[in-house]
Amino acid sequence: MRTRLVTVLLALIAATLAIPGPVAADTQGGASLFGQIRQPGDDDAGVQDIGITVSQDGEQVGEATTDSDGNWEVELPDPGGYHVVLDEESVPDDYDVMQVPAGAERDVEVREDQRFAVVYRLAPAGQGQAPASPGESESDGAEETGDADGSGSADGDGEGGVDAPAAPEGSGMTGEVVSLTLAGLLFGLIIAISSVGLSLIFGTTRLINFAHGDMVTFGAIMAMIFSGTSALTSLHEPFRDVPGLSMLTNPFVVATVLAVACGGLLGGLLERFLWRPLRRRNVAMIQMFIVSIGIALLLRHLLLVVFDANRQKYVQFRIQDMIEWGPIAVTPRDLSIMVVSVLVLVLVASMLQFTRIGKAMRAVSDNRDLAESSGIDVGRVTVYVWVLGGSLSALGGVFLGLNQSVYWQMGFHLLLLMFAAVILGGLGTAYGAMVGGLAIGLIAQLSTLWFSPQLMNVWALLIMIVVLLVRPQGILGRRERVG
Amino acid sequence: MDTMTILALSLETAIGPIAAVYVLAAIGLNMHFGYTGLLNFGQVGFMLVGAYGVAISVTTFGLPLSVGFVISLGCSAVLALLLGIPTLRLRSDYLAISTIAVAEVLRLVYRAEFARPVTGGVYGRNSFADAFYAANPVPAGSYGVGDVDFDADQLWLTLICWGLVALGVAMTALLMHSPWGRVIKGIREDEDAVRSLGKDAFTYKLQSLVFGGVFGGLAGAMIALNQQNIHPDQFMPQVTFYLWAMLLLGGVGTLWGPVVGPMIMWFLLTLFDETLRSIASTDVLPFLATSDSGPLRHALVGVVLMLLIIYRPQGIVGNRKEMLVNVK
Repeated sequence: MRTRLVTVLLALIAATLAIPGPVAADTQGGASLFGQIRQPGDDDAGVQDIGITVSQDGEQVGEATTDSDGNWEVELPDPGGYHVVLDEESVPDDYDVMQVPAGAERDVEVREDQRFAVVYRLAPAGQGQAPASPGESESDGAEETGDADGSGSADGDGEGGVDAPAAPEGSGMTGEVVSLTLAGLLFGLIIAISSVGLSLIFGTTRLINFAHGDMVTFGAIMAMIFSGTSALTSLHEPFRDVPGLSMLTNPFVVATVLAVACGGLLGGLLERFLWRPLRRRNVAMIQMFIVSIGIALLLRHLLLVVFDANRQKYVQFRIQDMIEWGPIAVTPRDLSIMVVSVLVLVLVASMLQFTRIGKAMRAVSDNRDLAESSGIDVGRVTVYVWVLGGSLSALGGVFLGLNQSVYWQMGFHLLLLMFAAVILGGLGTAYGAMVGGLAIGLIAQLSTLWFSPQLMNVWALLIMIVVLLVRPQGILGRRERVG
Repeated sequence: MDTMTILALSLETAIGPIAAVYVLAAIGLNMHFGYTGLLNFGQVGFMLVGAYGVAISVTTFGLPLSVGFVISLGCSAVLALLLGIPTLRLRSDYLAISTIAVAEVLRLVYRAEFARPVTGGVYGRNSFADAFYAANPVPAGSYGVGDVDFDADQLWLTLICWGLVALGVAMTALLMHSPWGRVIKGIREDEDAVRSLGKDAFTYKLQSLVFGGVFGGLAGAMIALNQQNIHPDQFMPQVTFYLWAMLLLGGVGTLWGPVVGPMIMWFLLTLFDETLRSIASTDVLPFLATSDSGPLRHALVGVVLMLLIIYRPQGIVGNRKEMLVNVK
């Protein structure tokens, strides 16, 4: 049964690859940037005569001013990265450009034939930073505009997807498939690393940890904070010219290690001081879900206060040249993410397979009561599982931040994909999470061959729902009575 | 800002239309989880189709507002069927994850570029509620006591919202005192026992899902009327989480829990927000920026949720026996 389903899945992926690409390609004409600038507090009225200039590599490629409805549009010569600047001088004195989550200057990445919405919001003068009034529905608060912003067709970025690396020039369909497969693998590995913990935690404690996504964010932000400290930079100084040590003491590498340790610590502390006491009190499962939602809200918004709503990139690895082997082109950054991820996954798998604690984890995950009665210290194993889960999710967060950018909702946006991965692979099995993660990453990326990149997460979630219906236990899960 | 103003503002939020809208959605969620034991983590999906049902009917297709309302309710019922038929036979945590996924899929689809001609994409829809306010029978002016006051339009909307709440509470009470309600509660306690009595548990669960979903859709439609502009990103998954917090605060599986919970929660949220803001503006705490009050109040919701579960799992008006919901 299992092999058959895997075959069917592979066949499906293969079949979708075989369908000629341009069939459902976006046909809206050339690439452009557009937007509408409205008066704050009155969405029906636009603001006229605000100037916007678009440049690429320091050269201006186009400019526009808003019309009477506040609309503007700039045609672009070809896809690529552009720098968009709103002329703040031209904004009427009554208004300010909202600085949250991004100010008047933006960098955008435009795909082929994409109409990319650049959203600027205005606030009454002097309130550029102020959140929306509390009387509105809470999802309208200022921090949520982070999501509305930079949105439009830019969803790959805004919704926790990765931006596919641009296919090499003139490479056509094959090149695109190759580059998307690479991007999918990369994304899948990141999902897999982050969700192993989610799956193990579910396996050992039956808890769906809604805070797992925010643990991912936590890792990324910790690494960001550590890598910016001067202590690490000065630590690096004496070793700068020593070949091996230079790499090892690189502030970013050290920061990653520290962030992973912090993630593990967070997981361990949560288990020791929250979940274990709650289990002792015999709190029912559903209440546990709610508590994890509570932690998620707390953690996420504390991180927002600490980190602000801006997106940031790790300074150490900003722009890199592609390494090319035939049709395969990849940046050293992405390549190292992939190599390290595979290494870590292999390590985790061998730990689960061969070490005592790993075997104990699998045993508890399989049947908690049976494991307990056969002498395994379930409490200790659970702490280890939380530490492992916490550190892996932190590592996943660092990788995700390295590949895209770090912002306060990054993990939350990844959470549903992690759920999808875990369910697809089989709830509670670590290997399932790995397989599921890869599948989800590939599905999400490859779907952009035919469908709008805005919908890449939709396909991943739909596949998850379909798998639930056909095979509730997931690809690698064991059948049990459900219903 | 002085204490009285802050309190008045908080009270105004607690009895205003926003709280009422959340009460409506919580009534639906209470039917799902409180009475039937269904883990619906996608209530915001129902709110989304409800809100867009009104907005799209009026702006895109030029239908009258009343027809839009009917379409809203229809859409949420259809969504409940689509969600329920495949998933209600599965174990409850699968329903939880698929509802959250479906709600998120809906949001992504509604905001997608290709849907823009119909849904307005990321910009959403606006100016569809004029007919509602044109029908306002309340004479213009300001109504209220002291600092708590509403203008005529707000009052009209508030009255309608609380009227719908009254309807919802009455319907829930009647349903729960009927044989249907006893079966529903039985499903929550022990589904197999209900099945062994010859009841088709699946159909009952589906009916409950539709009932609660329609109230979610109604809440969405009222949100649309209240804001007069909607966009997909206000229907993020955390809205559902807030609803859960409110429902738990009030008391799960009780008639008045979903009414009390959102009111108290909105009161606290506004109180906390305004207090933080006035503290921040006086420079007493230099590290506290005005813009932090938003995130901090969300963090507060998280803390409230955890403390509630730990110290008073049955909520404010709940009784402990009802809360020991049997989720397998």
